[in-house]
Amino acid sequence: MSLSPLRIEAVMEQLSRRRFLKISAATFGAGAVGSQIPVVSSLAMGSAPPAGKVETIATYCEMCFWKCGGIAHVRDGKLWKFEGNPLDPMSRGRLCPRGTAAVGTHYDPDRISKPLIRTGERGKEEFKAVTWDEALNYVADRMKKIAAEHGPESIALWKHGTGSRFFEHVMRAYGCINKGAPSFAQCRGPRDIGYLLTYGTGLGSPEPTDIANTKCLVLIGTHLGENMHNTQVQEFAQAIGNKATIIVVDPRYSVAASKAKYWLPIKPGTDMALVLAWMNVLVAEGLYDKEFVAKYGHGFDKFAAAIKDNTPEWAEGETGIPAATIRITAREMARTRPATLVHPGRRVNWYGDDAQRSRSTALLNALLGNWGRQGGLFLQAGMSVAGYGFPKFPEATKPKVDNPDGKWPFADEEVTTGLRQATISGKPYPIKGWVVYAANLLQTLPNEKETIEAISKLDLLVVVDTHPSEITGYADVVLPDTMFLERHDDLYVAWGRQGWAALRQPVVPPPGEQKPAWWMAKQLADRLGVGEYMPFKDMDEYLAKRCEKSGIDYAKFRKEGIVMGEKKPITVEEGATLEFETPSKKVEFWSDQLAKAGFDPVPKYTAPETPPAGYFRLVTGRAPVHTFSRTQTNLLLKDLMPENEVWVNAVTAAKAGLKSGQYVKLRNQDGVVTNRVKVKATQRIRPDTLYMVYGFGHTSKMLKSAYLKGASAAQLNTRYKVDPLMGGTSIHQNFVTFEKEA
Amino acid sequence: MPRFGMVIDTLKCVGCMDCVVACQTENDVPQGFCRDWIVTETRGEFPTLSLEIRSERCNHCDNPPCVTCCPTGASHVEDFGKTVQVTANACIGCKACISACPYGARFVHPKGYTDKCTFCLHRVKEGKDPACVSVCPTHCMVFGDLDDPKSAVSQLLNSRKHRTLLPEAGTKPRVFYLS
Amino acid sequence: MFEITTTRHNPLVDPVLSVWSWEIPVYLFLGGMIAGMMVLGGLNMLRILKGERPEGFFSVQTPVLGFVMLNLGMGALFLDLAHKLYVYRVYMAFEPTSPMSWGSWVLILVFPVLILSALIRLPEAWPWLGDRVPALRGWSEAILARPGLVRALAWLNVLLGIGLGIYTGILLSTMVARPLWNSAILGPLFLVSGLSAAAAMVHLVSSLVPGHPAPRSFLGGALAMLVQPLGATPPEPRTAVSLVRADLAFLAIELVLIGLLFIGLASSSASHVAAIDLLTSGKYATVFWWGVIVAGILVPLVLQALELGHRIPHTVIPALLVLAGGFALRWVMVGAGQASHMIAATGM
Repeated sequence: MSLSPLRIEAVMEQLSRRRFLKISAATFGAGAVGSQIPVVSSLAMGSAPPAGKVETIATYCEMCFWKCGGIAHVRDGKLWKFEGNPLDPMSRGRLCPRGTAAVGTHYDPDRISKPLIRTGERGKEEFKAVTWDEALNYVADRMKKIAAEHGPESIALWKHGTGSRFFEHVMRAYGCINKGAPSFAQCRGPRDIGYLLTYGTGLGSPEPTDIANTKCLVLIGTHLGENMHNTQVQEFAQAIGNKATIIVVDPRYSVAASKAKYWLPIKPGTDMALVLAWMNVLVAEGLYDKEFVAKYGHGFDKFAAAIKDNTPEWAEGETGIPAATIRITAREMARTRPATLVHPGRRVNWYGDDAQRSRSTALLNALLGNWGRQGGLFLQAGMSVAGYGFPKFPEATKPKVDNPDGKWPFADEEVTTGLRQATISGKPYPIKGWVVYAANLLQTLPNEKETIEAISKLDLLVVVDTHPSEITGYADVVLPDTMFLERHDDLYVAWGRQGWAALRQPVVPPPGEQKPAWWMAKQLADRLGVGEYMPFKDMDEYLAKRCEKSGIDYAKFRKEGIVMGEKKPITVEEGATLEFETPSKKVEFWSDQLAKAGFDPVPKYTAPETPPAGYFRLVTGRAPVHTFSRTQTNLLLKDLMPENEVWVNAVTAAKAGLKSGQYVKLRNQDGVVTNRVKVKATQRIRPDTLYMVYGFGHTSKMLKSAYLKGASAAQLNTRYKVDPLMGGTSIHQNFVTFEKEA
Repeated sequence: MPRFGMVIDTLKCVGCMDCVVACQTENDVPQGFCRDWIVTETRGEFPTLSLEIRSERCNHCDNPPCVTCCPTGASHVEDFGKTVQVTANACIGCKACISACPYGARFVHPKGYTDKCTFCLHRVKEGKDPACVSVCPTHCMVFGDLDDPKSAVSQLLNSRKHRTLLPEAGTKPRVFYLS
Repeated sequence: MFEITTTRHNPLVDPVLSVWSWEIPVYLFLGGMIAGMMVLGGLNMLRILKGERPEGFFSVQTPVLGFVMLNLGMGALFLDLAHKLYVYRVYMAFEPTSPMSWGSWVLILVFPVLILSALIRLPEAWPWLGDRVPALRGWSEAILARPGLVRALAWLNVLLGIGLGIYTGILLSTMVARPLWNSAILGPLFLVSGLSAAAAMVHLVSSLVPGHPAPRSFLGGALAMLVQPLGATPPEPRTAVSLVRADLAFLAIELVLIGLLFIGLASSSASHVAAIDLLTSGKYATVFWWGVIVAGILVPLVLQALELGHRIPHTVIPALLVLAGGFALRWVMVGAGQASHMIAATGM
């Protein structure tokens, strides 16, 4: 076949593009593209392979909290695509769908583009666009007023994500000691406390799970593949390839369950019974790692006695999992130990006893002797990068308000609902200002009514974010943040198999008047009279100095985006030695500190409530293409999942007269009714359980393309339990029923 | 000359749709359209179930009905890799190829011509994998020359149980699914 | 239990293929009708050679009517094209495996044949034009003076007509992806349906054309052309009867072919069996049963039989029904055919 003129042209384009690539390879990472690009409201169109002048810039992703290293491609001055950075240990050159879709966030027309000041009632989403000076002066003046009347402690920061770094810094410099991050009490907090109590260390992020080398992987509610914790999903696929035995405990036939040798469709809320029974089998049959327990265990005999009655037969009655299956799976786990890994989970705040449940999985891992072992939990290695060198913060003169009198004795971070309650009660002292950085408190905290009540006590509510959300509608001032491809941030210095640091640098200018968070913080610092705490001209100078102090070649770092730390042994197999920072310096099968504080020293199971007739327990999870309630308007992701569905067992659905694709509303035990949501009638879920991906059902009209799409699981979370150990709040304690559309 | 094909391991695929997003940005696929997609098939009754997840796209068939039905030659088998391609400026938008494709792989681009997966030939010519293959977090996709017995695709097909979609259509698809 | 979901969401492809709307059924219907007219007209031309008078309705009016219809049909086809500026590319290639390419080239051949056929009696039919353009009269006489040419034209009409008629079915039936179309019966079915529609159309138009001669004045003639483009002479009663008789035969054959189509599909793969359901019990069932079968075939069959038996007077109602039924057949087949798809035989 001869080449038509058209195809010759394509080949020419090909050739010239290749030449450009070579040129741009030489200028790789030369910093942001200088030229101002016009606002693009939609993605470019065209089927021919794209051609043009391409530049690449390395940075790290913030589409979720995993912070993968990536390489942004800019074509003819416009953001084209975002790929994984092969040097990055998190992405290993492959981003997840949300990272890949970062382009769709940059171009998202629903972003906040100008600073806004509220003109109407709180919650009505009525704003006027103002200049940055007006907005920042407004915030600074109100902050000063609150500080003068109540003290700077009366202004609190809510935060999620890297960008909050300098807000936290500047506010702390000003004397704002109160803060809250939903990532603790509304997410991984219970797990970290469970592990802290057992091993003397929390797990943090990313979790030190050696999934790649495990021979048996146990997932309890962890839906890898639907939650796209990139590295773990990559290793999960490796484990599948290695023919590792996979055991999945989930009331729903998750994607992970479909890859498993054993799927245990457990009755929701009974996970701890299963874990206790597994441990019972390991102990009763002598299958546990006796050497590990003898060497590192504390209080094993008392522990063994405590779980003596938690037999598989007992657990069968609680969990609905046959005793024989419990025995078989326990033996499977023992067979491959220590290369057997019970995944500690991440978003584990399910039923309000989550720290103890997490502790039970920590103990199960301990029985398998996988701490610091290949195919188990490795020892995290870090790297040290010097700080910039800031002046010392002023001493705090008041206590923090979020955990009064150590109400939650084992909380090692701030308790969000504690901060909210203090705002409502004004005790021990009033909280009059909230600065909310990228946390949609109305969806992330339980029972939105309480959040709205707390907001009503405020003299100042500032929301800093890239996108509007429900909380934005209540803000007095909205400060539009750049999305991560448009800004510098502080370094991400991370722990993993090998420590590393990742650099964030701007790739393209923001489409509107958005400013990076560090710039806002610096401007505020000047206005609040704490400018000396932000002594650098810009982030480039800040980052260069940190690198210089640490002996990192900044120019090379800018080009490559990643600097690796020293390689250290992370498993016993590699020569690491095990140390535990618990009071006993051992793995605490029996916890004296829990006993002392009046809690169960060995986790004890409490049966969950049974839903009333006609009601179902609602459990929630994640979708691979969305992050929380943050990405529903992303141009690429909304195409793939514009709304969520409520999963209903096919038989249950038939009985209720529901068909797949039909819209229903959900009503919970407190009479709260959601927006309409599509039914997914499926065999893939227990008959007594409903499932929904959370983050949908936006009621913010400013999110034009996500407004009232799907139902909000957060809205239904009006009944929640608080973890007595650490203040975590449950999300799976609600019973819901259907309301058919008229 | 190579004969390109793709091998996709359904045991590894989690259906995260990363391949879809990567294709979209790589190829400037217009919003609201997709050149690849995820199919999920559930069989059985609770709690005895099986699930297959597949990343699907144009199969670049050895016997492509879209090419034989095209009145202008716009749909053609490209010499390079024996892939099925569409020359936009020769396409009249008659949509016969869209009807003729048993896989629903084609669509009308908003500009009027028929569009579909190209196997990212522009990347392949640079020695890279197609965008979907190179982004996949599970490494479930492998791309290469089916005529080269040493290629990864050939070796996978020789060592693993596999099938194609709708073999009864007689199209001889070149996207293979391992199970 | 089997649940299947897809994330594909391409407009006109998902959830059900619907790339072809009304334009293609219109094109297929008109194409089939033109084909039928050519066959009938060609056969009539052969009768001229046997010494019959050339005034017969078929010999001129149908080519002109066909010419008008052809333009309408190709107009519909053009409207369907999504990349219209590039339409010329059809005629820059001949793709022997593409029915669409064959069809396009056949249509190009149909044009001159129709024009030449029309020329035979155009000057007489349209005296206002013939009087003013004497060359027309010259060409007409030149053609009539050459029996070989008339014979060739006649056969060209018949052969191209058959080709065009079958092509409208082949266009669809070659698509293995669409089980409903996947039958060799579709070509003959569309041909016979075209013949029946042609007979009905000719019958209808001739009944509507007033019996007096066309005005000779330029203005009057041209105006008459607008309202009665087919000339002024209605068919003789003999022709009308033969039209009805032919139509009876066509309708009967069509019914048999539809039956055969169903038998063929029903005895084939699961995909094909499922395709029948789309017609007989799905979204298209009402139009298929009431539009195509009852109103389009059975009722005209009965009415025309009664007409022939002089039980009821001749009306245009059967012709109108046949035409509506013919279009309904194309519409149903194009719609349901797109909706029909292959079902994996092997499963997972």
